[in-house]
Amino acid sequence: MSQKRVIVVGGGLAGLSAAMKLAEEEISVDLFSLVPVKRSHSVCAQGGINACNEVARQQGYSEWEHFFETIKGGDFLANQAPVLDMARQAPKVIDLLDRIGVPFNRTAEGYLALRLFGGSLFKRTHFAGATTGQQLLYALDEQCRRWEAEREGGGRITKYEFWDFLCPVRDDHGRCVGIVAQDLRTMQIRAFRGDAVIMATGGNGLIFGQSTMSVICTGSAAARCYAEGARLGNPEFVQVHPTAIPGEDKCRLMSESARGEGGRIWVPRTKGDPRPANDIPEEERDYFLERLYPTYKNIVPRDIATREIFYICEQGYGVGGEGNGQMVYLDLTERATGIKYEVLKKRLGGILEIYEKFVGVDPLLEPMKIYPAVHYSMGGLWVDFEKDTRPYEQGGGGMKEGDPKNQMTNIPGLYAVGEADYQYHGANRLGANSLLSCIFAGLFMGPCVKNYINNVKEGGGSASDVNASIYEACVKDQQKLMDKLLSADGDQNPYVIQRELGQTMSDNVTILRINKRMKQTLSLIEELKHRYQTRLGMPDGSHWSNQTLSFARSVWDMLLLSEAITKAAIARDESRGAHFKIPDEYETRSDIPLDDRAMKRDDANWLKTTLATYVNGQCELSYELVDISLAHPEKRDYGKTTDHRTLETQ
Amino acid sequence: MTTADSTKTPPTSPLPPFPIVLRIKRQDRPDAAPYWQTFSVPYRPNMNVTSVLQQIQSNPVTANGEKTSPVNYDAACLEEVCGSCTMIINGKVQQACSVLIDPLRAKCGNAPPPPIIIEPMSKFPVIRDLIVDRTRMFENLKRIKGWLPIDGYYHRGPGPKVDPQTQDELYDMSRCMTCGCCLEACPQFTKANTFVGAQIFSQVKYFNLHPTGQADADERLEAIMGEGGITDCGNAQNCVKVCPKDIPLLDSIGWSGRAATIHSIKKFFSK
Ligand SMILES: Cc1cc2nc3c(=O)[nH]c(=O)nc-3n(C[C@H](O)[C@H](O)[C@H](O)COP(=O)(O)OP(=O)(O)OC[C@H]3O[C@@H](n4cnc5c(N)ncnc54)[C@H](O)[C@@H]3O)c2cc1C
Ligand code: SF4
Ligand code: SF4
Ligand code: FES
Repeated sequence: MSQKRVIVVGGGLAGLSAAMKLAEEEISVDLFSLVPVKRSHSVCAQGGINACNEVARQQGYSEWEHFFETIKGGDFLANQAPVLDMARQAPKVIDLLDRIGVPFNRTAEGYLALRLFGGSLFKRTHFAGATTGQQLLYALDEQCRRWEAEREGGGRITKYEFWDFLCPVRDDHGRCVGIVAQDLRTMQIRAFRGDAVIMATGGNGLIFGQSTMSVICTGSAAARCYAEGARLGNPEFVQVHPTAIPGEDKCRLMSESARGEGGRIWVPRTKGDPRPANDIPEEERDYFLERLYPTYKNIVPRDIATREIFYICEQGYGVGGEGNGQMVYLDLTERATGIKYEVLKKRLGGILEIYEKFVGVDPLLEPMKIYPAVHYSMGGLWVDFEKDTRPYEQGGGGMKEGDPKNQMTNIPGLYAVGEADYQYHGANRLGANSLLSCIFAGLFMGPCVKNYINNVKEGGGSASDVNASIYEACVKDQQKLMDKLLSADGDQNPYVIQRELGQTMSDNVTILRINKRMKQTLSLIEELKHRYQTRLGMPDGSHWSNQTLSFARSVWDMLLLSEAITKAAIARDESRGAHFKIPDEYETRSDIPLDDRAMKRDDANWLKTTLATYVNGQCELSYELVDISLAHPEKRDYGKTTDHRTLETQ
Repeated sequence: MTTADSTKTPPTSPLPPFPIVLRIKRQDRPDAAPYWQTFSVPYRPNMNVTSVLQQIQSNPVTANGEKTSPVNYDAACLEEVCGSCTMIINGKVQQACSVLIDPLRAKCGNAPPPPIIIEPMSKFPVIRDLIVDRTRMFENLKRIKGWLPIDGYYHRGPGPKVDPQTQDELYDMSRCMTCGCCLEACPQFTKANTFVGAQIFSQVKYFNLHPTGQADADERLEAIMGEGGITDCGNAQNCVKVCPKDIPLLDSIGWSGRAATIHSIKKFFSK
């Protein structure tokens, strides 16, 4: 019998954790990535990674609290068993990261330092300066390099960097037995056999034009699985982060850690106040999040902070424009925080540098101007889990360890993990929980995948026994598609189509969702699809390192995903987490407080996971019930006061 | 009232909207001859070099109005943390995403700004246009065993305690994004030789300082002792001037050099 192999597509935190764990389980891994894995989008993560810890525990925090915060932060849409495991394992994940050398910030005595993050009143976020994602990614990358080069003789992990995943390959029984991929330099298309395939391909921010994500986050890999029959879960849930720096090419994030470390959000009490921020006296500032949420203050969950910022700007208090400014101040100056310059410089260095570099102002001396931007895809490939039926008190209630179903999509043998899946964050992700979900699930799934490949029943045997013609047919299809794209001679530049898509998606399918407008977006998507199919122009016919070709291919994928996101958002007639629905008749009623305009959460009808399936070229929606076996949905207002109107309108 | 920072704020008076002119050194394939093309892109405020390249992608026409293929370049994070977009801009090796257009123009006052000259890095093989092959840097990380040799991934409790001073020192080095600026600027580093360069000396120090890294410390030193190693460093100090992450490369070079010397003396006496 030949050696079994697993294909991991994606070398961000999720893909690397899965790869190294599988390697330890004596499984050979082929690891694919668009870029050297060290340059994956995870490198951008700034703020930190959550876990219950000994200090918080003594203050009354526990894994249960972490679980419940995550569930409530996600407005009760996440299945509870997987989230419970994530919270329970989090402290062990931190220990492992510590052992592989992540340079976490330390206390004077040498213990791991902690900071405050959104949606919690306890310090439970571990961090490495303001470049936590970079540090985690590098440490995992180093472990994978060790498996490549040395450990057990080397070669347990083989990397394919600068390769683009094109599609999964399925055998006669429907199970996934490999992939087709393209070398982005030679443009060679070839098939790879794999006894299981793990998609760890990240989020899809590029669909919205500018987002805080890396420009390689198109979501196309997930879309290619969707097009082959893998279901999407909750595609309509897209996180808009409250604090980003507007930019021509992308919106750069200003991490939540800025607020966790004491940063305060405010607007002038006078509309269109022309004075520089530092000249506005204390009593003429409205720290509106503190006013509205006296308990959580500036660290309310992101969906809430984003809407409050939107609303205060809608009322005309925004800065960066006369009466129509879209930005607010995020203030880290010593005057507002009471914290010394040097202290914040040390704890937030990396993100302060970003602001200074791109805006040209030292944010510790002058309040930053920030605004909300698309940041994270809660939705993604639907994945399964098997419940551990033992009672909670006996360690049950979570997922059954090692069960092959955990993290598996509806296609047997095709798994998903990280931002590419939909499992851990419900309707809104809490800050510093994504790095955790990526690494936790990547590690956790190792034994599950191993058990799957060792017990495949249908078709029996391993992928190496599958008939070669199946792979050849898939390669041929992809080659045909490439030839077609290369010879496209219409007038529509693929980058222009993507820009148009980004505009309509960010205008109509982000913070406020109004069916009337989303229906317009849906028809524009139809039109763009038509234009793509009939009028695409390929400005580069090269068969060598042709980026335009790869991008053009992904534009189609983005159109498919956008359609699923928009359709699911139109269908969901309630507000929940990041999905905030305003009935058509209130479209222009900015005179009514935002909360009163919106539909309410509707558990009776909508406490359901959206499933989007691609059938005959169409997106079909169905629903499944959410696992709420551990905690019952409750009100989610984070103690908002009714004090809507203490602002003096002048 | 003037605050310390208001002097730092960029001028708000709009710069004259001259188009942005880029001269780009292009190359179709690794074995093809390079050629230059000029592009002119409409000016918008707050652009960086990457956003100008994006404009060329959506309208790949040269300044003379000739249709051409979009310029190929690497990019991912767009916030100077992934290291992808390293190239030579106006003669200096740097990241395209963090080179802003406005400050370049502000220097020219009301005169039309000179073209921005863009070339691929010269010390690495060109794949196409501005894309180069930096595999050598990653291979060198294997050569020095750039990892901590822990037992395995089952739970074993926390790692060794590290004092905050050491953590500080480690953190400064751990921000190296494998961009290659230090190698591009180094007179000793050429396409033809095997010199590993400042990035690697810094990584050796990084892993050797960590309590767990000490198990392989000697092997790391050995790896930088032969050909292409620390003795080839001419101490020109160009590396540290161009490192975008302000990594204290000279400290690392000095440290690794001393450690290597001590190691070879020890070896000599234990023979
Ligand atoms: C600016 C920013 C800051 C953040 N800060 C935090 C934070 O402080 N805490 C937190 O918890 N979360 C944070 N997040 C979220 C978090 O960073 C991401 O959700 C997480 O890193 C995603 O990791 P991943 O492994 O799922 O995917 P990614 O890191 O995006 O990796 C995807 C991988 O898939 C590969 N890939 C994609 N498509 C293909 C294809 N077609 N073929 C081959 N390979 C492919 C890519 O090359 C890459 O290797 C932040 C996000 C942003 C944008
Ligand atoms: S000191 Fe000089 S020779 Fe040594 S690595 Fe730096 S640039 Fe190269
Ligand atoms: S040391 Fe600095 S210049 Fe050299 S690769 Fe690292 S980040 Fe780049
Ligand atoms: S794109 Fe990442 S450094 Fe420029």
